[in-house]
Amino acid sequence: MTPIQATNDFVVKFANVNGSGSASANELFARSILRMGVPVAPRNIFPSNIQGLPTWYEVRVNEAGYQGRRGGVDLMVAMNPQTWEKDVKEISPGGYLFYDNSKPLSESKFRTDIQIIGIPLTHICNATYSDPRQRQLFKNIIYVGALSALLDIDPAEIEKLFSEQFKGKEALLQSNIKALKLGRDYAFEHLTCPLGLRVKRANNVGNKVFLDGNSAAALGAVYGGASVCAWYPITPSSSVAEAFIKYCQKYRVDSATGKARYAIIQGEDELSSIGIAIGAGWNGARSFTATSGPGISLMTEFIGLAYFAEIPVVLINVQRGGPSTGMPTRTQQSDVLSCAYASHGDTKHVLLFPEDPKECFEMCAQALDLAERLQTPIFVMTDLDIGMNTRLCDPLEWDDTKGYDRGKVMTYEALEAGADFGRYNDIDGDGITYRTYPGTHPHHGAYFTRGTTKDRYARYSEAGPDYIENVTRLLRKFESAKKIVPAPKLLPAAHPTKLGALFYGSTSPAMIEALDLLAAQGIAVDALRVRAFPFADEIDRFITEHTGVFVIEQNRDAQLKSLLVNEGQINPERLISVLHFDGTPITARFIVDEISHHVAAHTVVAFKKVVS
Amino acid sequence: MTYLAKPKLHHPGLTKNAVGYTRRDYEGKISTLCAGCGHDSISAAIVQACWELDIQPHRVAKLSGIGCSSKTPDYFLGNSHGFNSVHGRMPSVLTGANLANRELIYLGVSGDGDSASIGLGQFAHSMRRGVNMVYIVENNGVYGLTKGQFSATADKGSKSKRGVINSDEPLDMIGMALLLGATYVARSFSGDKSQLVPLIKGAIEHKGAAFIDVVSPCIAFNNHAGSTKSYEYVRQHNEAVNRMDFIEGREEITADYAPGEVITVEQHDGRFLRLKKLSAEHDPTDRVRTMNYVQEHASRGEVVTGLLYIDPKAIDMHEHLNTVDTPLNQLDVEQLCPGASALEKINASLR
Repeated sequence: MTPIQATNDFVVKFANVNGSGSASANELFARSILRMGVPVAPRNIFPSNIQGLPTWYEVRVNEAGYQGRRGGVDLMVAMNPQTWEKDVKEISPGGYLFYDNSKPLSESKFRTDIQIIGIPLTHICNATYSDPRQRQLFKNIIYVGALSALLDIDPAEIEKLFSEQFKGKEALLQSNIKALKLGRDYAFEHLTCPLGLRVKRANNVGNKVFLDGNSAAALGAVYGGASVCAWYPITPSSSVAEAFIKYCQKYRVDSATGKARYAIIQGEDELSSIGIAIGAGWNGARSFTATSGPGISLMTEFIGLAYFAEIPVVLINVQRGGPSTGMPTRTQQSDVLSCAYASHGDTKHVLLFPEDPKECFEMCAQALDLAERLQTPIFVMTDLDIGMNTRLCDPLEWDDTKGYDRGKVMTYEALEAGADFGRYNDIDGDGITYRTYPGTHPHHGAYFTRGTTKDRYARYSEAGPDYIENVTRLLRKFESAKKIVPAPKLLPAAHPTKLGALFYGSTSPAMIEALDLLAAQGIAVDALRVRAFPFADEIDRFITEHTGVFVIEQNRDAQLKSLLVNEGQINPERLISVLHFDGTPITARFIVDEISHHVAAHTVVAFKKVVS
Repeated sequence: MTYLAKPKLHHPGLTKNAVGYTRRDYEGKISTLCAGCGHDSISAAIVQACWELDIQPHRVAKLSGIGCSSKTPDYFLGNSHGFNSVHGRMPSVLTGANLANRELIYLGVSGDGDSASIGLGQFAHSMRRGVNMVYIVENNGVYGLTKGQFSATADKGSKSKRGVINSDEPLDMIGMALLLGATYVARSFSGDKSQLVPLIKGAIEHKGAAFIDVVSPCIAFNNHAGSTKSYEYVRQHNEAVNRMDFIEGREEITADYAPGEVITVEQHDGRFLRLKKLSAEHDPTDRVRTMNYVQEHASRGEVVTGLLYIDPKAIDMHEHLNTVDTPLNQLDVEQLCPGASALEKINASLR
């Protein structure tokens, strides 16, 4: 078998033991390639565990900048004996196996169609370090050093990253450089460097930034003016709140007094978290919670209250594999329906679907505006793939001239001037009514907020006409939402085509790549990225203009398709589901296979029809 | 329950308080609870306390959960914003509201069904956090709105209206509040307005989590022989430890009483609470001994009432969180948004 030859286009997968300190070494590896101007897309594949279980880190090196998971492994860095067999099996024929050969392994443990690269990491560590912890941590750096030699990565870039990381900590800096050199020296002395896989300096990173979706979402909440955050730890959303804490400590402390322009409460559960966020929203502060599927299930009663009593609140849902505890550390888009219709009774909620960290930032900030404009819960539907992986994306942007949209709030002056205040009185006809903040005026503007039915002046009423007026107004409000939520984005094919594809959220990078691959096969597909629910009319038109529309989703039950059929005037037969739901991020290969098989099958049918 | 509409015109001779309001200005809608319900007496006590303290009604936010007690915020302080939330979840909504605007007075009204069953967790954690609020549990030991099921505070051995004997241990809200870090803990009886009004006033003035357990007989479902939450039973077993006068001034008043008869407690704002002692052994500033005292008396079947515990130097949630003095809901983009130039630096750090 000829060894795989590839420059700036290959996949390296690290198999490690959770808690062994490999994460920072692996990220160092990824960043060093980035610094050489070559885009990378790393992904953590990790268990719900702190120490001991297997964990993987997959780095796709791709000069063209495709950020989706590719599938297949060209170089396996097998550092975990527990998963050896599976890891070795996963390597593509002609690929490479990098492993610690300190202990001899029988020939049967290897494959003959791959290249074997052994390096006595444990021996080198034991000979150099006496402290067991140092042995473990520097082992990771030593393998990064060896890999840099094998893949032709510029060591100066790694040393630069070290000096940034260990600024002012000279001893740490030197010991890391030493470990790196140990690995490099061994590789140059004993192995053939470089391999068929190599990194060549390019200029395709530009001014892009490298960050994870959860940090970006938190930053969006800071920029969007959230001053109250209530949360309960749950994978994969905890790092949203943790990043919010970090950014608030940096950007929201009054320099004169040292006091906080924010309040963050770690609730006792998801019920209290959403309750606190709703209480704050009711009282005029911008607030949010971050959670995942199980948390949404718990919050559902409160979501119904916020919908019906019309209270602004933002929920960042970092989706994971469901149902129940499901796959806490795997990714899915499987909360679309449970969020769109959360709560008993007739409800509909606004959902936003960010595609990457940049949109996590933008949509979280926008969600805070939308929540106050629409006086309703807004869901930011991110997922583990976006949330917990660092991704290369365009720089974050902010327009200082744009203030916050605080929505329809009746002021003291308006009340004093004798404005007729009816909390649920639709004077503008857009379904959105005026609210007052508690404590605004001594004699006017107070009202009673409740989950029960009421009339337009917020007075308790179970009268049918009052109920109907209220809930049909809420539908009107949902129509108003349609005009202000993020519009879908069209990715037209190079040639006119009757094939279409709808996709959303973290499917984006795989889809973009799949469209290119399909085009290369002669299959032209117009694609439309859905960015929000309620669905823009453009989505209906897109479906009507195409004879077959693929709906690409990362769930079993075609949830977005269900929502499209349920909410639009759409013939379900026009929609063809492409569903990926094993918990790993969807790949371009998967999408291409599904679509090309479908196209081929239909072409065959058409041909048969012609000859019969 | 009354079907007579309240007259809108007030008698011109009604006494006004220092902020220019008559007592009627603190009333709300007509109660839809049963005639004679203890809860209505508590609403009246809240009205009285707010009027006497010269609080502007719109500076109060009143929040509740679900149940008979949780309906009452509609029946007092009609010019205050109210929030009738979901069952057992008033504490979290109140906590969030309080975070958004530290300048309002937060009054949480709940019942034993709302706070001792579904809402037990939220009750507990709001005490732990030291939310600056008055948390009143209108405690009747029964589910009134669903017609007479036992609640979690019903005493073991007490009898329901249908004749069922309760075999479960009661939840002791006072004991829990003390344990969980409430810094103002009182118990009273809806039928004893002279005791209840000063206790509510003290709770409003207290800075921190103030909890008042008010035994409030359910006239429809828990006022019969064999009930331990009936008017008759509570009157017979009420053991008041002190009577409170709320003193507005900042000067300590020591006259009129023999030493040992009166306790004066300095509040966070320099004002004083005066307690006339009725029990020689009880010291309301000693939390651990208060827990023992309450339990000992409970084991004798006595319902201890009065101001049971106060930490006058309590620190509230906002102090724990070190939030700015300006209410968070008044901060605008200038105070909240780091701006484009800071974002450029963040971008640079992510390359």
